Amino acid sequence: MELSIGYYLVLSAFMFIIGVIGVLIRRNAIVVFMSIELMLNSANLTLVAFSSYLGNSIGQLFVFFVMTVAAAEAAIGLAIIIAMFRNKKTLNIDEINILKW
Amino acid sequence: MSLQLILFIFFGSISAVSSVLMITRKDVVVSALFLVLNFAGLAGIYITLNAQFIAVVQVIVYAGAIMVLFLFVIMLLRPENEKKFLEANPSIKIFAVIIGAVIFFQLIYLIFFNNAHNPTNVGIEESIKAGTIEEIGKQLYTNYILPFEAAGFLLLAATIGALVLAKKKFG
Repeated sequence: MELSIGYYLVLSAFMFIIGVIGVLIRRNAIVVFMSIELMLNSANLTLVAFSSYLGNSIGQLFVFFVMTVAAAEAAIGLAIIIAMFRNKKTLNIDEINILKW
Repeated sequence: MSLQLILFIFFGSISAVSSVLMITRKDVVVSALFLVLNFAGLAGIYITLNAQFIAVVQVIVYAGAIMVLFLFVIMLLRPENEKKFLEANPSIKIFAVIIGAVIFFQLIYLIFFNNAHNPTNVGIEESIKAGTIEEIGKQLYTNYILPFEAAGFLLLAATIGALVLAKKKFG
């Protein structure tokens, strides 16, 4: 492993920031959701990088759990989006503001 | 140039460029397909980190199952044209980029200029051993059996919850 771990951490930070910007600028609920998946993946990359550089498999175990939670979250979130679309006929998160005070 | 560096640059640029394209494309389907490309690039990066099991699971679970679910919902709903989504508020875009830049430089500072020492580079044999399914499975079924069961229960709850939420009528 002649490559420094900094390369992987910078790539992970970059992808996390892209996810943050995506959540902030996009108004489509599904794209916001995909940006959240992107942030989860950048966290996974950090976990795998440290796990591999420390020779410890626990980090990769946690990536496994993150993937489980992401799958559950995607199923629930998309079901909520379908229910919302059925009621409001839109995916624009600016128009879905019943909970806004 | 070592092989690891070449592979890192190749897969890393695929991931980085496709993530940027994902949040800038107007068509949601194109966005989702770029996210699939991003996940495939990440799987390649996991291979350069000797994490074989995670790389395979990444392709099967993320690029396979989760993204198929996303594309399914996108094509089911077929949202109206995207133009008014992006042109909603230009000031929020500037705000988002500023926030992104601030967090990025914070992270870069943490990665390169902190006092904590870099992790000691263990040998490549140790690293390969940590990524095998044997090692991960051994940990999963001994020390982490309770979280594993909890994850299974979470998936069951998510399945039932998704069915209830997406049903035609509530209750």
